[in-house]
Amino acid sequence: MNKVYIVADNIISSLGFSSEENYNNLVCGNCGINIVDDQNLSVEPVPVSLVKNQRLAEEWSVVPAIEDYTRFEQLLIISVKKTLAQTNVNVKDRSTLIVISTTKGNIDLIDPGKSDLFPKERIHLWSAASVINQYFENPNDPVILSNACISGVMALNIAADFIRMGKYENVIVAGADVLSKFIISGFQSFMSLSSAACRPFDKKRSGLTLGEGAGCIILSSSANKNERMNITIEGGGSHNDANHISGPSREGEGAYLSIKSALKEAVLTSGDIDYISAHGTATPYNDEMESVALDRHGLNNIPVNSYKGFWGHTLGAAGIIESVAAILSMRKNILIPSVGYEEHGVSKELNVIKRIAEKNLNYVLKIASGFGGNNGAIIFKKYLNGDND
Amino acid sequence: MEELVEKLKKEIIEQLNLEEIEPDDIDPATPLFDEGLGLDSIDALELIVLLEKEYGQKIEDPKKGKEILYSVNTIAEFIRKNS
Amino acid sequence: MEITISKYIKIENNTIWLNGEKVFSAGPDTDFGTFMKVLYRRYAVKYLKFFKMDNLSKLGFLASEILLAGQGLVKHYPNDKIGVFLSNSNSTLDIDQQYYDLIKDSDNYFPSPALFVYTLPNIMIGEICIKNKFRGESATFIMKEYDPNITVDYIKNLFLQNKIKVCIAGFVDYTKDNYDAFLYLAENTELLNGIAHNAENINNLYYQRE
Repeated sequence: MNKVYIVADNIISSLGFSSEENYNNLVCGNCGINIVDDQNLSVEPVPVSLVKNQRLAEEWSVVPAIEDYTRFEQLLIISVKKTLAQTNVNVKDRSTLIVISTTKGNIDLIDPGKSDLFPKERIHLWSAASVINQYFENPNDPVILSNACISGVMALNIAADFIRMGKYENVIVAGADVLSKFIISGFQSFMSLSSAACRPFDKKRSGLTLGEGAGCIILSSSANKNERMNITIEGGGSHNDANHISGPSREGEGAYLSIKSALKEAVLTSGDIDYISAHGTATPYNDEMESVALDRHGLNNIPVNSYKGFWGHTLGAAGIIESVAAILSMRKNILIPSVGYEEHGVSKELNVIKRIAEKNLNYVLKIASGFGGNNGAIIFKKYLNGDND
Repeated sequence: MEELVEKLKKEIIEQLNLEEIEPDDIDPATPLFDEGLGLDSIDALELIVLLEKEYGQKIEDPKKGKEILYSVNTIAEFIRKNS
Repeated sequence: MEITISKYIKIENNTIWLNGEKVFSAGPDTDFGTFMKVLYRRYAVKYLKFFKMDNLSKLGFLASEILLAGQGLVKHYPNDKIGVFLSNSNSTLDIDQQYYDLIKDSDNYFPSPALFVYTLPNIMIGEICIKNKFRGESATFIMKEYDPNITVDYIKNLFLQNKIKVCIAGFVDYTKDNYDAFLYLAENTELLNGIAHNAENINNLYYQRE
């Protein structure tokens, strides 16, 4: 079975257009969430994390494009382009696959004011994905995953399987979602939005904050030979709660099983994990459920954070950009504080990161959960130069 | 009050797609959630939408919602008090 | 290891084919909602949540109920080793439009959580998992037309890694003008009359007509 190396990555969010730019903002504790009063997005002012329009226009202006692309497509194209530029991966080769992760893609085109600007079929996820594929002249049909909030983690796990099986040499995993009234009103109807920036795992948390963004990770069967260190995907898992379509299982059953599967595949025990990047949406039920699932694995003392306090819940991008942030933490051996966390607010003991700290990070666990009873887990490993086999 | 209770029963059945349940099957004093009709958290949110749409009553605090949405009687009482 | 397809179902044009055989047909004038109710009364056990589902989930749910009838999967397999993998073309556009109609007008703005939750294509899998207590791997793939080439090796690999021991997979799609459901049951056992789990066979079953 092939090893799965992470050879390049990118984050686009309110905090920047590269992994480094985002990471520097995370380290400085900068939050990209602001209260926005815009009738096109929400009937009432709402805290959200938006990709800045002006910055997007600047970044897009240097992208060669002869056609028009939607905001969603622009974010994906920029993200993939910036990631590809870090590698020698030939995107036009049959051995390279593109995997797209999103919940709602071009759903903003459902607005009659916008739908005339693009061909009608563009609202279909397969159409938006094929536009990305055509832009990069990739010869394979793109694989599109739409699995609510775990889409990104699931896309990475499935892409990793494609490399392990030897089906492709390189897989470009790109995820994105853009905010629209459609998405924001839905979460408002669920009464699940916080009135200020979300506060994962905190006692005063009162709901999630939505964000938009894109992320990209390129997986390869061969390591970056010149790198001082390499990160691999060692295992993954995804299990359903079989409990409720919108509420998580109180026992954290699906999350527990997902972590168990990922550990088993990685041939590790929970004691090997050095740091956990949680889903941490800051809804009362999600964070509580995660604490139960982590407790069941005895992971209470392992440093854990949620990145949602920085850039909100970026839906189909979340699993990817949070994985990139976790991988950067591994590369730099830095634990990033879980912004918004002050007083412990879940029933089980957890080591939620309060202060920036150094720690040798060799094994990292990323988890996610979402509507539909979905849960996912993925484990990354760091190899220092010379360890590579 | 009686009239309001009957009207509410019909509206709840329609709003929550309670197929195979007749208004007479609903005891206005029985808890709507867990036991009784076995409604869930999404149904609770839908009832909040119903109260706003049909009666102009806004429930902002989900915790208060729990008391108001306890039974058809408590909902009727809430509407009567606030209109 | 041989992964075989032991049972399959197709629902299209108000007709059900089970293992290639037509088992039920409603008249061509029966609308989708009525057809779903007829199938529910004929094939499903009492499950009131059914009436709360959107059309896509109703279709996927009923197809799974008919496919799984008498199989007792949770008795024969650990429930965390039972997978569900569905492909879909139009995602949830039908319910997306219904939901959008509730929010587009700011004077008549009443977003419905019960509709919004169905604007995710994986909810259909959630419904099947909840009903059957399946806790294994699951995934929703979006593709223009059903192409088992995209999913078949992935599913096979999950069997090889022992992450699943059995699964239901296929294609379920709904628009207000058309619908199509095709599901198969794949097991990790050599069956006497089983069909080998590969893209060519799956395509043949999907396109099979009387």
